[in-house]
Parts: sequence; structure tokens; C-alpha cells
Amino acid sequence: MQAADHTVDAAEVAKFEAMAAEWWDLNGKFKPLHMLNPTRLDYITTQIEDEFDRDLRDETPFSGLRLLDIGCGGGLLSEPMARLGATVVGADAAAGNIPVARVHAEQSGLQIDYRHTTAEAMAEAGEQFDVVLNMEVVEHVADPLAYLTACQQLLKPGGLMICSTINRNPKSFAMAIVGAEVIMRWLPRGTHEWNKFITPDELFDLIRKAGLDPVDRKGFVFNPLSWQWSISDRDLSVNYTTASVKPA
Amino acid sequence: MDFDSDIVIAGGGLNGPALALALAGAGLRVTLVDPAKRADRKADDFDGRAYALAHGSRNLLAAVGVWPAVADKAQPILHVQIGEGHAGQGASPFSLDFDHAEIEEGPMGFMVEDRHLRPALLDALDEAAGIDCLRNTVTDHEALAAGVRVTLASGQQIMARLLVGCDGRKSSTAQRTGITRQGWDYGQTALVCAIDHERPHRGTAHQLFLPGGPFAILPLQGNRSSIVWSEERAQADALAKMDDTAFLTALRPRFGDFLGQIGLAGARFSYPLNLTLAQAIHGPRVALVGDAAHGVHPIAGQGLNLGLRDVAALAEVIVDAKRRGEDLGTEAVLSRYAGWRRFDSAAIGLGSDVVNRVFSSRMPAIRAIGAAGLSVTNALPGLRRRLIREAAGLSGDRPRLLQAKPL
Repeated sequence: MQAADHTVDAAEVAKFEAMAAEWWDLNGKFKPLHMLNPTRLDYITTQIEDEFDRDLRDETPFSGLRLLDIGCGGGLLSEPMARLGATVVGADAAAGNIPVARVHAEQSGLQIDYRHTTAEAMAEAGEQFDVVLNMEVVEHVADPLAYLTACQQLLKPGGLMICSTINRNPKSFAMAIVGAEVIMRWLPRGTHEWNKFITPDELFDLIRKAGLDPVDRKGFVFNPLSWQWSISDRDLSVNYTTASVKPA
Repeated sequence: MDFDSDIVIAGGGLNGPALALALAGAGLRVTLVDPAKRADRKADDFDGRAYALAHGSRNLLAAVGVWPAVADKAQPILHVQIGEGHAGQGASPFSLDFDHAEIEEGPMGFMVEDRHLRPALLDALDEAAGIDCLRNTVTDHEALAAGVRVTLASGQQIMARLLVGCDGRKSSTAQRTGITRQGWDYGQTALVCAIDHERPHRGTAHQLFLPGGPFAILPLQGNRSSIVWSEERAQADALAKMDDTAFLTALRPRFGDFLGQIGLAGARFSYPLNLTLAQAIHGPRVALVGDAAHGVHPIAGQGLNLGLRDVAALAEVIVDAKRRGEDLGTEAVLSRYAGWRRFDSAAIGLGSDVVNRVFSSRMPAIRAIGAAGLSVTNALPGLRRRLIREAAGLSGDRPRLLQAKPL
């Protein structure tokens, strides 16, 4: 681990390493992520469709797009993106996730370049992408501005970054920490630290300072009656997502 | 891994082709496997079989491009009368009348003859891009990590992401998957035939709850109606064995004389009535649709309608998953289909069962409760509208195809 010159918080990485083997168990420790996944994918796919003028009804609508999935974990987003035709690099700072993701991609018959690396290291190496997926990562990094700046450097001009995270207010504390970690035991205790949560306005500020133009924000809302997630235009009070474009 | 097809459908009756058209129309590659000779499946002489298509089913057929071929041969259902006793004797105090003016979508449903619907679906299969029709039988399948290997009687193997069983009440797809079934026999048999009559039916459907079982008169185009006559098995078997003249003599007192003279307009069929529910409607890389998932009592023509609601839900779940880049045959995807259909199939299956048992009861007290239920329902406009919309397939969290919207 080259933690000294990188913004990844070593303690955070260790927590996720312990959880890595169960990535693809629908009813395992990552159940909340599997439940959220279709809704995240709906947002990601329609944003890419709009930005790059693609048609999701095509067989492989994302052909020709180079996509980076930061914090790829077991590949819950990388695999769908590869299936839609994108050339995918999955990066994770937790070394234990990489072999898990590789084994699963091979079983699925998908070509995905999984790497144990960080956004900062890839930016230094001069890697360039059309799309950077930055989902549920920014609340775990030590220096969000440095991290988002690396994301900006990884984008080609006109490229798209999707960034989702958790809002900071009493409701998000109740839902994400008390609800998901303590009561439901969906996530291990200590997965999240509330003071690292970021409000949408703060995130837009950071994104602009990093050199990107924010173009969209939406909420991911969980309905406890239908037990389903959906996308909301107005309710960004707990989980939310943003889209930003690098000026051409 | 190389896939020959996205979806293999076992069974080319009505639900199988409808599903194939919906999926292929959204850009998926489909293989439809059915052993029947094309000529047998398309025989166009009138055999007396007809379907009461709910509004949602009509919408689905429109969305997959089949409706224009049957529209001018379909009889709109403009009124529905439900009650006890005999048809045509006016509204008894214990009856329930529905009129299409109470809902906004137009007719409450459409009667479509099998000889028109089946060839329209098969012709559409020929014209659709992306559908491979094989005259064969699925004999085996193996669920793998990334797909399903389907073996045909010819020995041909097809790699796909998902196998859908549209293969009826004795679904071998379900059997191979280890999905068991639960069944109830009603001890009744439905006699089905078409009748010519002297006077016009004015688009009215009658559903009567007679002591032997439910009796339906459903309007066809012209001065013809389709009869679904349920009787206790021994009685029904005796009726089925009668010659046409004796059968008509037995039918007349039940049919009544409100449509004038009657005569047979096609062959007579008999179907033993039973309810069979699969204990699950999906398994590893497998989904079940229609009678393979739930063979229901054909009261009010709910069998095909229920099957087409399966088709609409499954097609939407699969197409949405495909556009998200998800693996189509996984538990994550198929459990959405199962969750969407669970309530509807149980409600319809058990609802029809309960209604039939109440009105077929020999105990006057139980029949009285049923009759009182009809009167109360008739008096409450909100409940009435909900029942009409339910029967027309217009309620609930509705799949896009049932709203005539493209996938």
C-alpha cells in the first residue's frame, strides 16, 4: 500500500477488504448494494446515453467508450458496463477485491481489466477515459478535493463523471448509520463515518473546484413499503447522485 | 462465451409467441421451440373456441403489432351481467351489471376467436426480425454460471441466457427445474361451444352462477355467442356424450330464450376444471409463464389474460435488465418477475376458486352469502369500478405493454 502519497484512507480500505468475498451473494453482506444496483444502473446508463448520444435499445450501445469504475468492488457496475459494450477498467484500492472480481468476470464470459490501484495513481500515469464512475467512494476518501481532481484528470475533454454519495443531515445519519448499520445490520458497524458525508451543495462546490461542470443531480430513495429504490428529482436527503462533464 | 440466442422459449401456443414478439421487438434474440406442425397450429376452420380478452391483453397485442390483424374480427364486450339463475329473465335482485361507460378506456374487453388470434400471432412471428422458430422439443437444460444450455430432441444444443417455459400445465421445464405443483380438482368439467342465435346479443356477456357450476354466454361477432358451461363431472360427461340435438335440448332451459332460436355453430369441447399452481415461477436460468406457472379455472376467461399479464411483466423485467447491462437469467433479475406476479396469480387463482365454490354450493346459506355479496357490490359504485377495472386488467402496478406502451 502506497498510502503515504495517496488520499485513500488505509483504515477504510481494510474494512472493505474484510467484506470482499461476499460481493456477489444477493442476500449476503452486500444485499443493500444489490438492492440499489438496478436504480444506480438506470441513472448511469441514461446519463451515458444522453451525453454520448447512444441508444440503449442497441445490442451494445456503449461500444467504443472507455470507462473507469473506481471502487469497483466485486464488479457490480463493471460487468453491466462491459455487457453494454464499454471497454472497462475496474480499479479498487482494496487488493482483496481484485481476484474476486476477476474470477466472476471470467465466469460471466466478460473481458474486464481489473487493477489494484487508485484514481490518483492512474491520473499520474496519464490514463484517459470517456466515463468515470465514482459511486459511493467520495465519502470514504481522506481528501475529497484531491480525489475529485484526480477524477477530472482521468477524463478526456467532454468526458462524463457520475458521482454518488450520502448527504449529511440528521435523516441521513438515522438512515445510513442507525438504520443500515445498527438496526438492519445491512452493513458492518463503522462502514460509514457521518462527518465524512457531503451535502449536494458541498459536492457541487468540490466538483467545480476540481475543474468539472456539474450538470445533474438526483436522489436515490428507498421506499420501505415496496422495499425498492427509485430515482427522485427532489429528495436528495440521504443517498444522491450527480453527473458532471469535463469542459471540451 | 458465445450465445446462440438471448432467450429460448419452450412452447408456441399463445403466450410463447406473444413473449417472443415482445422481446424481439425490443432488440433481443429469441428462439421459439414448439413440436406442433405449423398447419396444425394454424387450422382456420371455426372450432368454437374463443377468448374473452381483457383491455390490458388487447393493449399488449397492440403493442406487439398483432391487434390490427384481429381487431375487425373481435367482438367488443359492452355490458357484463353477472347473477344467479337463468339468463335473459331481467335483473334479479341478486345480480351485478357492469357497463363499459363506467370506465374510460372503452369496451370492457373483446371476444376473439382462437382461429383468428392464433394465426395472427404465428404470422407476426414470421415477419418479426430476431426470432428463430424451431419445430422441435426441448428435452433438457442445464443452468450454468453465465447461461443455460438447452438441448432439443434433435440433439441440437442452444446456449442462451434464459429459458422460459410456456409449456402448459404439465410444464416439463418446471419438472426439470424441480419446481413442484399444487393442484385442486373442482370435480367439474367445462363444456365449451359456439351457438348461433336468432336475435342480436348487443355485446352483452352473461356470467351466471348455476348450482352445477358457472355458466357464461360470451358475445361473438354476428348473431353468435360462445358458451362456457361448467357442470359436475358425471353430469358433464353425460352431456358431452350426447348428440348435438340432445345437447341443445339440455342447453335451452339454461340459455333461456332471450336471444330467440339457438343452434350449434361449431364443435363441442370439454375441459376438466382444475387449478394448478407452480410453487415457484422461476428457478436457476428458468422462468415460467401462463399455465406452466398457474393453470386457472376459466371463469371470465382469466386464463389467457393471466398468461398475457405474465408475458407483459416478464418481457419488461428482461428488457429493462438488458438495457442496464444485467445478466438476464440471474436470481437478481428473475426475482423481480416473481415478485411482480406473486400477488396477481394467487389472487386470481384463489379468487376464482372461492367464487366458484360459493356459487356451486348446495348449501342455501352459502349461496345466499354469495348473492348478498353481488347485491352489495352492485350498490357501491367505487367497488364496482374497481371490480370492472380488475376484470379488464386495468388495475395495479401495470407493465408498460398492458398500457399499449412500447418497451
